[in-house]
Order: sequence, then structure tokens, then C-alpha cells
Amino acid sequence: MLGYALRRLVLAIPLLIGITLISFSVIHLAPGEPTELGTGDTPIQSDREVRERLRQMYGLDKPLHVQYWNWLARLVQLDFGRSFSPDARPVLQKIGERLPVTLLLNVVEMMIIVALAIPIGVFSATRQYSKFDKITTIFVFVGFATPDFWLALMLMILFGVQLGWLPISGLRSPTWEYLSFWRQQWDFVGHLILPILVATFGGLAGFSRYMRQSMLEVVRQDYIQSARAKGLAESVVIGKHALRNALLPIVTVLGLSLPGLIGGSVIVESIFAIPGMGQLMVQAVFERDYPVIMGNLVIVATLTLGANLIADLTYSLVDPRIRVAARRGRR
Amino acid sequence: MSRRDPWRLVRLLVVLALAGCGGEADSAVDHVTGQSAGKPVHGDTFIDALTGNISGLIPNVLTDSASFEVGSLIYSGLVTRDKDLNLIGELAESWEFSRDCLDLTFRLRRNVRWHDGRAFTADDVVFTYETMINPKTPTAYREDFRAVSAVEAVDPFTLHVRYNRPYAKALQSWSTWILPRHVLESYVREGRLREAPQNRSNPVGTGPYRFSEWKPGEKVVLVANPDYFGGRPYLSRIVYRIIPSQATIFLELKAKGVDSAGPAGLTALQFKRQADFPAFRKAYNKFQYQANAYTYLGFNLSDPRFADRRVRQAFAHAINKRELIDGVRLGLGREATGPYKPGTWAYNPNVRTYPYDMARARELLAAAGWRQRNADGILVKDGQPFAFVLRTNQGNDERRKVAEIVQASLKDLGVRVDIQVIEWASFLKEYIKKKRFEAIILGWGIGLDPDQYEVWHSSKTGPDDLNRIGYANPEADEMLEKGRASCVEAARKKYYDRFQEILAEDQPIVFLYFRDALPVISSRIRGIIPSPNGIRHNFNEWYVPKPLQRYTAG
Repeated sequence: MLGYALRRLVLAIPLLIGITLISFSVIHLAPGEPTELGTGDTPIQSDREVRERLRQMYGLDKPLHVQYWNWLARLVQLDFGRSFSPDARPVLQKIGERLPVTLLLNVVEMMIIVALAIPIGVFSATRQYSKFDKITTIFVFVGFATPDFWLALMLMILFGVQLGWLPISGLRSPTWEYLSFWRQQWDFVGHLILPILVATFGGLAGFSRYMRQSMLEVVRQDYIQSARAKGLAESVVIGKHALRNALLPIVTVLGLSLPGLIGGSVIVESIFAIPGMGQLMVQAVFERDYPVIMGNLVIVATLTLGANLIADLTYSLVDPRIRVAARRGRR
Repeated sequence: MSRRDPWRLVRLLVVLALAGCGGEADSAVDHVTGQSAGKPVHGDTFIDALTGNISGLIPNVLTDSASFEVGSLIYSGLVTRDKDLNLIGELAESWEFSRDCLDLTFRLRRNVRWHDGRAFTADDVVFTYETMINPKTPTAYREDFRAVSAVEAVDPFTLHVRYNRPYAKALQSWSTWILPRHVLESYVREGRLREAPQNRSNPVGTGPYRFSEWKPGEKVVLVANPDYFGGRPYLSRIVYRIIPSQATIFLELKAKGVDSAGPAGLTALQFKRQADFPAFRKAYNKFQYQANAYTYLGFNLSDPRFADRRVRQAFAHAINKRELIDGVRLGLGREATGPYKPGTWAYNPNVRTYPYDMARARELLAAAGWRQRNADGILVKDGQPFAFVLRTNQGNDERRKVAEIVQASLKDLGVRVDIQVIEWASFLKEYIKKKRFEAIILGWGIGLDPDQYEVWHSSKTGPDDLNRIGYANPEADEMLEKGRASCVEAARKKYYDRFQEILAEDQPIVFLYFRDALPVISSRIRGIIPSPNGIRHNFNEWYVPKPLQRYTAG
């Protein structure tokens, strides 16, 4: 087991380098450069001398492979460099200040989705074609089909403008500094409700559907038949024997959605004015802020590879069949 | 209002109910000017909205409008523009030009302090000049100071600037943000001004507001500077909330989460339709004035088809500008006849215009050799059909619509237009700079000085220059050269009048329209004076009467 994990880890290194190499080339090949001062329609004389100096400063005057090598050499020392945008701040600092809020939103969203999707999936599977199943099916299709931004605006109009119950956008009220401690906490939570609601809605649909499918497959298995034949109560059959097996594929899906936790949704963030990773990344792409883009990519790639590994490992932990097969078939 | 809105009644009832219990009712206000009797008082917070994150706190090395907006309250220049766009003193008390326009002497205010308490002197101005011309400073505004041969602090409050040639924008260029030597000198010397901590927090300026907090992507907070040389501003605290989506800003306005739709204001649709109900009109004052920017249809003049002036004139006749403004701006704009804003001193109203006239347009095209039509109804000359690609940048819905209307107009004329919308950076690099375009829809922001040498002079057609269409007319060149070489307004006016006549005749681009800026400000804010210079020129004098103050802070 340990040997397997180690081997996977070692194999991940060339894979990671490959990923960065390809992303690095693609990003640098996109037209436009971060040294373009005064973009837009303002007739500002772009100064060739200044631009050349900036290119030197950023190392953009060197051939691409040299640039990549320098970047990689710094990265090995965990130096992600400084942003090319005019604030020239360290990349890690920029990511660091955006990450907590994105992480918070996504983790809460993920927990709600899991907490709701599993029971919904189980119920609609065990009562296939019942009223509940039909209603959730409709709900699922509506959830899939509803654009985030539209739902967000509708909720904002209803809860923010019409009813006035919840704040519309941002993370804190402008008067936050002047609130009491508990008021501050409530203010913050209030700001998160709508974004989480919107983000959950779309994800819930897919996840519950997945759970339903997995459950449907399991309840048709022979061992469920045996469990019933043994005279076990239906709740034990479903809740213990079936559910545990039906959760297996969900583990994989959950594992794969780990890197997504730091990604952040551009649409939700922009509409709700939340300063998260999604906005940072999009702005970096528009500004051709290479260090920020690459820093972000490295973190996401590392997490994806890590999550893959973890998912594989937990899979064999929770599923005895895989464990046995692995032992027998070991090369 | 033709569209049925099922929510309207609910909304109306809710808002009316809310208005009934709020303390906003104040009928003694002239809603047009926001003026009211009573003395201005200090206090309250003004919550503004910015669609973009600011990129730093030293505007001299930045280029985005959000940073300028914030920076203009933190820093001051030697001069600034008043409500009628005249240059008036800010850090400078007075100034005089020598007769030959080569010597400029400023007398500076004596009681100005930096935000950290140090006294401001002429030496700081010298430092700012040195910063701007230092090749290590990544600024886009160096051009303004190229004509300067020497800057010297005669004494702590007298500054002498010597020019090596007369430069019309000399005075205006000193509206640049003055930086403190005692704080920033070492960073400038090392070429690391962008990395200076003052670009991230605690900038030191001389302006009416001091920096308080910047949470990237979320908000910037400024507080009134009690030691401001012009007197402490009335609004105690300014919060700039960063809200990328204009739809969200509008909803925030409705829910009173912000006091302003930001410097950019509302969209035409929001202004004209969605914000036109009683509760909104009561809670906000809407303003409308011409923005300093126009939209145009540009041609690559090295393309033989567009090199013929008659073709460009024909296009100008074939586009119904009024209809275009109604279509894309709901009428909130003004037809452009040239690159100057109507109502400003340099504007020449007596130039050739191109009223909508299809017959005339056809004649002009026929004269240029475009007579026969092929089976598809497209004009043909020397076997080539008249078809071209019209490009514009992504992310600007208005320009896309303009392109579509131009497409339809020219179709009537027998010209086939295909539209391509391209991401900005790619557009600039792959098409504009390489001159690989046939026609474009773009806009130009215009400065407050009529000098547009960079955009029109024939020497400015290189890949990085701004005369992107490749316009070259010796007489226009001459007018531009003469116009920028004088510091006497009356003399300059003559040159620019002639320059506009030439442009109107040549139609190197089809000047389409000047947009209207459409700001809205909470009606509790008083002291706003709408003017040709917009509304923010006297921001320091805005105030909220005591009973209407909403936030107790400060």
C-alpha cells in the first residue's frame, strides 16, 4: 500500500512538469503582453523605452525556454514570483488573500450538497417513479437548465430588493467596522447565504442524480436480495448494506471535485462582488499576468493530482473487493 | 414603456411601504441641482461603486480609471479643472508664462501638509518631475514632460519650469499627481516605485481624503483629511465598493446599498427605462452630460478602397447617426462631427456635415467607380465585390450593436460587411498593430486639451503609435504642429478650427457619436453642481444635511 502510494507520488512529478510546460507555452503564445501600458481607448502614448525596460525586468526579452527554465528554478524554491500587474505584489500573497473566501464558500457548498444529495438520491431510488422521484427529477432538470447569473439576479431582486432580508452583494456591509462582534458575524453570514444558495442549486442537481443512479444499481444486486431474504428490516437493508456500497462511486466524484474547491466560480463571484479566486484568475488572464496565472495553475494541478491519488487510495480502503483484487493481481 | 413587467406592482407597493416609514422625505430640494437652503455640515459616509479593482495607489504609474478615481482624492496636482473646464490652481496659487511661452513660473501654496504631517514644498514638485522622466519609472505619462528642459525650485514656494519649445499642454501637464520626495525617493532611484509599500497601503498625498483601507477586490476606504488646505471636506468617509457587474450595482442602488452607480454611471437602458419609477426618482438624482469619449467607424487607409475619400464620405452619408444613437444609446448621446466635444472652446460647429442621404451616398460611390452590382446585389469594381470585415473588441455590447447597424446601413448601399468581435489584447496586437484590418468600430477618449497630435499626425503611424488608421494630410499635420506650439488659446483656436474642417472634409473615420455619461447620486447628497465638467469637480463640497445622514461613522 505504502509502496504503491510512493510510486504514484514519484510518477506525479514528471506529470506536473509536463502540465506546467504546456500551460506556460500556451499562455505565453496568446497575443498581448503585460507590458502594454495604457490599453483601452485613452490616447496615451505607449513609451517604447519604458516597455523595453519592463520586458527586461520581467525577463520577457529572453527566449521562451529560458523563461520557463527560470520560472521552474524559482518554483522549486517555492518562489512563485511577483505579479506583473502594477501593484507588483508577491503571487502567493495575492492568492493567499483570495483563497480563504473561495475555500469557505466551496466547502460549505460541498457539505450542503452532500448532505442533501445523498438522502434525495436514496429516496428517489428506493421509491423509483414515485411522486417524490418525479418531483426531484423535474427539480434536477430545472437545476441543470437554470443559468447561475439569472438565478442569482432573481434571488437578489426577491431577497435583497423586494423583501430586504438579505444583503445583495459583497462580503461585509460598509458599516461593518462599527457593528458589535455578533452583529459582524451575522452580517458576514448573511452575505454568504445567496451565493451559497446559487452555487448549491446547480451542483445539487447533478449530485443527487448521481446518487440515485448508483443506488438503483446497488439495490438490484444479489446481496441485497440475500439481505432481504435473511429477514432484515428494509431500513437496515437500504441504510446499511445498500447505502455503503452505493457511496463508493461518490467517493471518487468527491475526490475529483477537491481541486475545484479552490477554483472559484467567475460568474457567481462577479455577480455577488465576492473577491475570490475566480475573479483573480480572470483578471490575471486579461492582464496577461503570467506569474499569477502560473501560480494558480500549479496549485490547482498539484491538488488535482493529489486528489486523484487520495481518491484511488480511499477507494481501495472502503471497497474490500478492490483491496483483494489488488493483492492477488500485484505485479 | 412597452414591456410588461409582472414585478412592477409588487415592487411599487414594497417600495412605497418602505418610503412611508423612512426619513428620506425632504421636499425643500431642487431635484435638478441637488441644491437646498441651509449650511453644509460634516459627516456621513458616501458609498460609491467601482466596476474594476484598483491596481495600486500611486496613479502616476497606473493606467486604470478606477485607480485614478481613488487617486484623485488622495493626491493633488499644481492645477486642476473647474466646473467650466478652465485650469485653476490647486497646489499652485498662481502662475505666469513668459511672452514666448518658454518659461512657466508657479507660486505655490504655503500651508500645505502631506498626510504624514511634513510640509509640502517646491522640491516635491521637482521630485515628481524627476520621477516622471526617470526611464526606470514605468509611467505612461512621460510624454507630457518631454518638452521640459529644466525644473527648478527657486525657493520653497516658487517653481520655475523652462521649456525647450513652446508646448500647449504645459500648464495642463502640471495637473499630474504630485508625489512626496521624503517618502518615495529611494524607490524611484531603484526603479521600484510600483513595489513601494505606498502603492499598496498608506499612500502619502496632499489631497482632501486620506487612505484608510484597501481590501483587494472588495473595497477601498478613504477618510476626510482634516488638514486639507482647501478645508476639511464635508463627507467624512468614502467607501468604494468594487462590484464588477452593472446589474448588481443597479440592484444595490434599489436596495440603497450604494449611494452612486459609480463614475461610469448607469447604462442607457437602466437610466432610461429601469430607473424611471417614482421611488427611484425620489431616492436618487440622475445626471446626464456628454462624456469625453466618442465612438467611430475607422478604416485602414492603406486599403485602396478606403483610400478614396469619396467612399468614406459615402459611408458617412449612408449611416443615420440619429437612428444609431436611438438604437444603441436610447437617444442618450450626441452626433459627432469631429473629434472635439460640442460646447468646448476648441469645437468648431461650422464644418461639413453628412446628413443621412442614401442617394448622395450612391452618387459618391458611383463617382469612385462602384457602379455595377453582381447577382447578390453587391457593388463590383474591376471584378471585385465590395465586401469587408468590420472588427471590434469583445466585452463592449454597444460597439457590437453599432457594428450591426453599420452593417445594415451599408447593405442598403450594396456593400457587404461581415462582423468579427475579438478579445481586446488579441485585437490590438494581431489586427491593429499589424494593420491587418479593413474597418473597425472603436472609440477614443479625448483629453481636455485639444491637442490630438498623437492620434492624427502622419508621423504617428508606427505599430505602437496611435494613428492606427494611417491618416496623413500635410495641412492637418501643419495645424496640429502649430496648435500644440502655442500657449495662447485664441491663436490655437484658429488652427484647430481649420483642423476640424479638414477632418470633416476628409472623413478619415466616420465620427459617430459622443456618449452621455449617466451618473446617479443619492438624493441625500447636496451641493452637486452639474456642469460641462461633469459632477465630481466639487466633490469636496458635497454634504448631507444632518437629519438625512444615514451612517453615523466619523
